[in-house]
This record gives sequence, C-alpha cells and structure tokens, in this order.
Amino acid sequence: MNPTGYAQLDELLARLAGIASLDESALEAEHTAILGRKAGALTEASKQIPTLPPEERRGFGAAVNQVKAAFEQAFTARRAELAEESRRRALAGVDLTMPARHRWIGSAHPVTTVIDEITEIFRGLGFVVAVGPEVETEWYNFHALNFPANHPAMDMHDTLYVDATPVPGDRGGRQLLRTHTSPVQIRELLTHEPPVRAIIPGMSYRNDPFDPSHAPAFHQIEGLAVDEGISFVDLKATLVHFARRFFGETTRTRFRPSYFPFTEPSAEMDVECQLCHGSGCPACKGTGWMEILGCGMVHPAVLANCDVDAERYTGFAFGMGPARITMLRYGVTDIRYMYEGDMRFLGSLR
Amino acid sequence: MNVSRRWLEAFLRRPLDARDVANRLAMLGAPVDAIEPLHADLAAIRVALVEEVRPHPNADRLRVCTVNDGSAERLNVVCGAANVTAGKKYPFAPVGSTVPGRPPKKPALTLDRRKIRGEVSEGMLCSLEELGFEPQDDGIWELETDAAPGTPLLEALPLADDRLVVDVTANRPDLLGHKGIARELAASYGVPFRLPVLPGAVDIDVPPSRRIAESEGAGQSGTVTGGVRVSIEDTEGCARFHAAVIRDVRVAPSPGWLVQRLEAAGVRSINNIVDATNYVMLEFAQPMHAYDMARLHGPAVIARRGRRGEKVVTLDGVERAVTEEMTVIADERGAIGIGGVMGGSGTEVHEGTTDVFLECAWFEPGRIRRTRSALGLSTDASYRFERGVDLWNAAEPFRRCIELVLTLAGGTNVDAPADLWPRVTHPPRIFLRLPRVAQVLGVELPLHTVEKHLVAIGATVVSKPDDGRIAVDVPGWRPDLVAEIDLIEEVARREGYDEFPSDLRRFRTGNVPDAPIVAASERVRDRLIAEGLLEAMTLPMVPVSGEGIRLLNPVSEEHGMLRHRLLPGLVRQVELNWSRRVRDVRLFEIGAVFAPGSAGELPQETPRIAAVVSGSRAPEHWTGAAPDFDQWDLKAIFESAVEVAAPGGTIEPDGEGWVVRGPDGRAIGSAGSLAADAPPWAGTVFGFELELHAGPRPPVRFVPRPPTPSSERDVTLLVPDGIAAGALAQVLSGGGVTVLESVRIVNAYRGDRVPDGTRSVTFRLTFRAADRTLEAAEIDSAEAHLLLLLERETGVRRREQ
Repeated sequence: MNPTGYAQLDELLARLAGIASLDESALEAEHTAILGRKAGALTEASKQIPTLPPEERRGFGAAVNQVKAAFEQAFTARRAELAEESRRRALAGVDLTMPARHRWIGSAHPVTTVIDEITEIFRGLGFVVAVGPEVETEWYNFHALNFPANHPAMDMHDTLYVDATPVPGDRGGRQLLRTHTSPVQIRELLTHEPPVRAIIPGMSYRNDPFDPSHAPAFHQIEGLAVDEGISFVDLKATLVHFARRFFGETTRTRFRPSYFPFTEPSAEMDVECQLCHGSGCPACKGTGWMEILGCGMVHPAVLANCDVDAERYTGFAFGMGPARITMLRYGVTDIRYMYEGDMRFLGSLR
Repeated sequence: MNVSRRWLEAFLRRPLDARDVANRLAMLGAPVDAIEPLHADLAAIRVALVEEVRPHPNADRLRVCTVNDGSAERLNVVCGAANVTAGKKYPFAPVGSTVPGRPPKKPALTLDRRKIRGEVSEGMLCSLEELGFEPQDDGIWELETDAAPGTPLLEALPLADDRLVVDVTANRPDLLGHKGIARELAASYGVPFRLPVLPGAVDIDVPPSRRIAESEGAGQSGTVTGGVRVSIEDTEGCARFHAAVIRDVRVAPSPGWLVQRLEAAGVRSINNIVDATNYVMLEFAQPMHAYDMARLHGPAVIARRGRRGEKVVTLDGVERAVTEEMTVIADERGAIGIGGVMGGSGTEVHEGTTDVFLECAWFEPGRIRRTRSALGLSTDASYRFERGVDLWNAAEPFRRCIELVLTLAGGTNVDAPADLWPRVTHPPRIFLRLPRVAQVLGVELPLHTVEKHLVAIGATVVSKPDDGRIAVDVPGWRPDLVAEIDLIEEVARREGYDEFPSDLRRFRTGNVPDAPIVAASERVRDRLIAEGLLEAMTLPMVPVSGEGIRLLNPVSEEHGMLRHRLLPGLVRQVELNWSRRVRDVRLFEIGAVFAPGSAGELPQETPRIAAVVSGSRAPEHWTGAAPDFDQWDLKAIFESAVEVAAPGGTIEPDGEGWVVRGPDGRAIGSAGSLAADAPPWAGTVFGFELELHAGPRPPVRFVPRPPTPSSERDVTLLVPDGIAAGALAQVLSGGGVTVLESVRIVNAYRGDRVPDGTRSVTFRLTFRAADRTLEAAEIDSAEAHLLLLLERETGVRRREQ
C-alpha cells in the first residue's frame, strides 16, 4: 500500500470542484499545477508508480489515471465555457444590423428578359429563332406582305425612309426602316422550303414622336409557321399555349377579328387583365382584357409572293410588342424608361 | 367612328345596353375604345310648368315666376329670360342641383335658395347653354312635351345617350355609318334592322332617278336636272354622280332630334340642309354635298380633273391650289370644290339660300387619298371615300337625303334626280370551296352554316353547284371582299373566333437552326452580366452629325441619323445618370450599327457589343470605400468580352487604350477612356466597342488538372523602358520549360529604388509536374535557364537587391 500516494490524490481531488469557477489565467495556472508535463502534481504522482511494489502498481496507476481523466474533463469543460463566454462578449460589441458588403450584380434589360422567355416557350413548340435586316425595301416591308398600294392600311405604318438610292429590281423600292419584323417572314419563306417555323425578335421603327406610350424604335417579336395542314385551330392552340405558359396556366384568352393586310383571317388575342383578372379596372378600360398580340392565317397572296404554293401550304403568323408586355408585367408607366439607361430603373426589374 | 346608342336603337327597334354593344362589336372586329355617356349630368333637371309670370318689383329685366315642379307646393323662381311665358314648360334646375353649362364660356353652376334683388328664387329655369347644349338664342329652352310637370327631363326628351367610340379597321368602310354597325349588331342579336323613321317625315313623292349612261364615244356622261347641267368628265376619278335640285327651301336651325343625333356622333349642327347631308353620311357612310344653286355659274356642275393654276377657297376659308392629279367639282367658271374632300366656300349653303343642288358621288379611293395627302386636308368625307363607299347602292342614301331636306326645309323636288353612271359595274362574284374553308379554319362547317354567315353580312349565295363550290355575290358596301379567303374570314368571324377549338395538334418543327447571331448575343450578354454590367437599350436613331445614313423624314433632328457606333449612345446614358446624381454606371448594349451600302443596295448592318463603366468599382461599404474603376478594370471586361464575342481576337495596346484584331488582322474593336460631359464629382468613363462575331462557339476541351503540388518562384526583373512586360512573359512562357505551368505579373515598381528609365516587375512562376512532386534543385535549374534565356533574348536581368 502506498497511503501517501492515495492521500495526495485525495487532496488533488478536493481541488477538482474549484475548476468550474476559475478565470482563464487561473485555469491555465491550475492546469500546469496539476497536469503540467514537467512539474504537475499528477505527473509527480505517476512518477511514483515504478517505485511501488509490483502488486500495488496496477491499483495506484489506475487511480492516477482516473483522477487525471476527471481533471482533463473538468479543464475541457471550463475552457469551452470560457470560450463561449468570450465569444458572447465579442459578439455583444458587433452591430449585426450594419450593412453587408455587396458586389455589383449585372442584369439583362427587362425587355430582353421578356423576349427570352417568349422565345423559350416557342422553342419548345419547335420554332427556331430568325433575324433579318432593319433597313428594308418597300417590297419586303409592304408589297410582299400584301399591303395595297396607297391604302389606308398604310396609315398604321407611319414609315421612316432612309436617304439612299432605291434598290432596283422586283424586290426593291425605296429604302426604309422596317415598320414591323414581318419582312423577315418573307425572307424566311424565300430561303426555306416549308415546314418553316420561326420566331423573329427585332427592332421595328415608326415615325411616332417619343411619348409615354410610343417610341420611334421599339422591339417586336414575330412568329411564323407554314406547313401542310396548318389551320386557324393550330394558330389558336399555339397562342393559347403561349399565353398560359407566359402569363400563368389559368390565364383566359380571347380572339377578336381584326385586320392586317398580310393575314386572313386576322385576329387580335387578348389575355385577361393582369391587374384585375377580368373584373375591370382603369388599366384595361373596364373590359377585363388586355390586347397582347395580332395574328392570323398567312394571306395566300403573301405565300404566292414568296413562291410558296398557297393551295398546298397554309400557315399562321403573329406579332407582339415585348416592350409593351414588359410594361404590363412590371407596371411601367412610360415606355421612355426602357431607352434612357437609368441605372436605378434597369437594376430594379431583374 | 362615333356611334350613338340611341341611333342604333332606332335601327334595331329595341333598347340596347352600351356595354353589351361594345362587347359584341369587339368580338365582331370593331372594338370600342370608349363609351361616353352624354347628358347623364342632367338627371336632376325636371320639366316645370310656369303658371304665372309677374314683373320683378326691383328690376326691370327680371320676372318672378310661379313654377309648378310637380310637387304640391308652388315655387317662386326669378328669371331673366325675355321669352318666359305663363303656360309653357321649361327645364327646371331645383335648389341643390348642378347645371353643367358649357365650360369654359359657361361654367357649371350649383343652385341654392337665395334672394335676387330682394325676391326669393327657388331654382332656375334653364337655357340650352346652361344645360350643356349648343345655344340657339338668348332665351330659356321652351320644351315641346306632353310630359307632366316634375317629369325628369331625360325621360321627357330623348337626350340621354351613349357615344361609343368605335375603332374601325381600314378594311371596313361600311362601319363608318350607323347602318353598317346596326347590320352587324342585328345579326349578332338575331333581330331585323330597318332605317329609322324620320320624325316629322311627310309623305314625299320623289320620282326615281334617271340613269344616264356613257355619252356616245365621249367617255363622259352628262344631263340636265332641275335646270342644272351635270356631267362627269373625269370618269376615272368619279365613277358615279347622283344629282338633284330642290327649290324653295327654307334654311333654318335643325330640330332637336337631329341636333342630338349629330352631337352624339360628334358633329356640330350647322343648319337643316348641311345637317341633312351630314346625317346621311353618318347613317350610310356615304358623304353628300349641298350647293347653293344661285351661286352655280351656268348653272352647271362638272366632275373633272383640276387644271394647272386653278385655285379653290374651301369651306374652311383656305385657298388651295389644285392639280391635274385631283378631281374637282366645277361650274362654268371654274373649280368650286375638291371632289370627295371638301366643298368650296363660294357655293356654300347659307341662311339666304332658296334652291339647293345635292350631290352624292363616288370618288376613286386612291385619288382621294393622294389628294387629301397632297393638300394635308383629311375630312369626314375623304376618310370615307379613301376607304371606299358603296358604289352600287348609292341611290338609297341619296333618296334619304332628298327626303330629309324636304322634311326639314320644305321645298320641292322639281325634276327627277339624275344618276350619272357612265360604266355600270357589279360587285364581284366569288367562288367559295367548302374543303378550302376546312383547310384554313381547321374545322368542317356544314354548308348551311357557311350560307347563314354569308347571308348575315348581306351577301347573296347565288348557286350551289355540285362541285363543292358556292358562288357568292358580295354586297356593294364591302369593297374588302374580293377573294375566297376574304369570305373564309367572314365565315370565321360570324361563327365567332372563340367557337374554334384550341387544342395543340401534331406539328413538324422548323428545319433550320437558330440564326447564329442569336446564340452569340446570348453568350456575350451572359458574360457581361456576370461582369456586373446592366444591359441598356438606346435608340438606333441618333442626332445628325458628320457622315452616315440619314433619314428623309426623321421624327426630330435628335433622331435624324442611323447610328454607326454604339458608344456615343451609351455615353449619353451615362450623362443622363449623372444628371440624376447617379455616379456609378455600368452599362452595355448589343445592337446593330449601320454603314452606307453601295448605291442601290441596303446598308451594311453589323451587330456590335459596347460597354461603359464609370464610378466606384464596388458598392460603397462602411468598412471602406472601393476605388473607382480604372483602365485595368476596363481591360478585364474588354478581354472577357473579346473572349466570347470575338474568339481568336488579339488585344494590342493602341495609344492610351487597346485595339482588338481579328484573325485576319483587321481591327474589330477598341477600348479606352471616353470623353463625356462630366460633372466635377463624376468618375472617368471607360468603355469599349466590339464587333459581335456570329460564328459558332469555339470548341472547349477538358484538360486534366494534376493532383501534384505546385511550387512558386517570384522573379523580380529590372525592365528598361521600351520593353513590354507582356513580351517578357511571352519569352518566359515560351522558354521550353515543360514544368512551367504559368507566368503571372504580381508587382511592378517605378521610383527611387530603381534607376531612371527602368522599372522593376515581379513575375510569379508556377512550376508543376503532372507525375511527381518537383525537387528544389529541378526548379532552381529551370529558373536559371529561363533567366539566361531572358537575358539573351531581351537583355533584361534580375533586379539586384
């Protein structure tokens, strides 16, 4: 037996309870005093082990280890406690309502976003994206599209003419800024055999003064599908599908007769007013509907102008103004915001 | 087209709800832009009987009336009108009501009980003007009504109406008259429609018109009616001319019903003769004209081409020069009106007119359009003629006009009216194939349905051959129906577009890929958004300056030219942001620029990308402000854009900025600082512009990245001026050391601690071998090799510490 050794251990154990109340420096001093590798009390105690008779070594060794474990646990616990306290103290000094550190974030123009969404929906319906020139000849912009010469239908297309020599030939005429993206229909039909299925975003131009609802240059998206067996039902189905995907699956639509020289039958598609959902409000002039796009079956004369057999092939076409749709979607009140580049505007409609 | 609800009700013989009418018209292709209630503000006004009129004790020009307003009490009303008479009925505005007046000349007035020169007045007896109508005299409005005192004025008289502003498409001239609108509605409601009865119409016997065909060989047509020689010399511009003379008319104000109808249609009443012609125009969409016969020289009325140097003073008092391209109406002395556009003031019907000459003609639409456009004079008449009036049924409106004149102004029609129609034609006959209907509409409609719809628009289905075709004679008022497809549209329209199914069917996809520029634009857009820039759009029309493509008829000088660069537009947007005290601007744009083509060719359109940055490099933060954008930020964005927009392009220094060259050596873009109209607090503007290459995306291959650790060595070189750091980096990269993974420049210094004319540049060399960890000795020898190479090729050596 080694009563001295055990007595020492008992003395040390008496200090165990005190650890829970030590501050950081006292704790480390106590740690050194008890567990220090060179002169710690328990280190000293374990040094006695080899000097004990063999039959006592095991018992005493176990006792030392037990005490050591208890102390280590106590020190670890107290250290964690102190660390937590100090973290809390540190945090108490930080005002977490202070602003974060941001980076600049870019964004597409809201009209681009709308164009992309529209384009994606039609890509899903087998349409490809086509483009064409913005300066056109009278033939492509008007004649090929069955505009009667010198007719009031031209009044809707107040045209900007370019100061350049007229283009000679059957498909020429005066040079102008295209008043719609429809001449790209002609270019597509002239260069591709049906089936043609194209969605055509691009700039269009009218001699309109810049005011809250008009811009002399504006975006348009045109669609064209020509193949055997395409009918008015396909036109309606395609555009209803589009409206539901774009405005929401429950969106109601209606088709009204209209007039465009290059389509017949011609129609306008309305969707339920996005503000009042049909009950009538100032934005929809109480009708519950908003005019979204013009459409129709491609006029046989247009197909003939593109050397497409109008008896064999039929097709539909449609056009809409993504800037107008953008304005409806976000409630933008003046189209000029779209073209002035105000950072605050562009950054707010991501 | 302003349409009166009441007028339509007179056609359909039934009450109509304006909103329902608007909805039906919209679904028939004539949307209603607005419904304007007329005179709804007179709801409080009542019919009152003046029972007694006494002089006002304190004022000579005022009277005191005892008024029966239908209630048990009698009211005391002071009245200043000279025409107030006991036993007559007048509109009465009770205390508390408001009369609209005609602001600003006659403001609205709310009545209260007050004393006028000591006499209590409990309301007001009203004049036309006080109630919002066109004034006719100074007095109060004497009502001709059987309605009992106390009856609301709007119930006693047909005043309340709704004006429907109908948006009529350019192909539907028939909808520019109430009859055409009524025809559509009648079919929609499934009821008949008839011309309204003219109030006060007496049994009038007008002999049928005498049809005058082409005079032999002359290419002209002429006759005499009522003593006036009438002829068409310009049969191309004027295909048909109805003429009549009515003698001994009494020109006077029109009756209330007529004034109301014209007003509802937005037309001001002039006198009974002019109003009769306008009424018929608004009913039939057939413009008419009345001349004062006493002022016709000859008397003759000739439809002929204008003559060089000829002038007419039109009804608006403007002297207008006519040309040989125009059709004029002339008498023996010269032109007296511009056919189909506007009459002349010299032959205008006026108060003293006793004999009138009535014209109902058909003018060629293209001629009218060119004429009114040349004169800058669009009228109700020209608007209808250029869209096409009914050539074949003109007798009906003409007869209506004669009856109306005789009803309103008395007089006698002394001679059979003349109908000059040199070359009689018929509306087209169109063949319609039922299978074609199904092919276009996607639904097989039975023959009887198709027939029903065509009959509803006034067409005659004349035969039913067994070959699946039907022959359709279209009505004269539908000049838009010329081909089979036009009839198919009518069938669909009358069937109702909403009746057609809308289920997606099988389709074949397009057989060409997307235009390459589309994907290229998307790639570069995504890249610049990732760089933190916002996409902007500028108008492609820019202020006129220097060479470029000009517009012949620009919206304004500010938009007089097509842009040949994108950057100026973006710089203007930077300046706009500055003007709004927005300092941090980062914008880019993708769009076409224009360069003149060869003569007779379209311009060259090149897609481009441009960007501008100015102001702080990062959003402000309280821990410390970020520095402003500088040229190195620009270079980074530029390189980033070139990588996607112009793959294979090489960037070179150029002046104070950079230029990028395509694989063929052509400069395709540049970057640098930009001049701008900057406030003192603004940052420098940096920007670039670059052609957008529309080719396919260069292939990207996977490269394995070795898991072995790398070692870095920093080498600081003393670089004499004139030697580019980029060139040194190239020598190092190309030095044949396979384990050299990368060369980066991490520091540069110019100052006291290096000799004049030199700078020190620190290159960080990263070494790595894919198959092993490199030993220090191997790296040492590689480094030594590179330094030796550098000295041999460029003379540049390590900076001595």
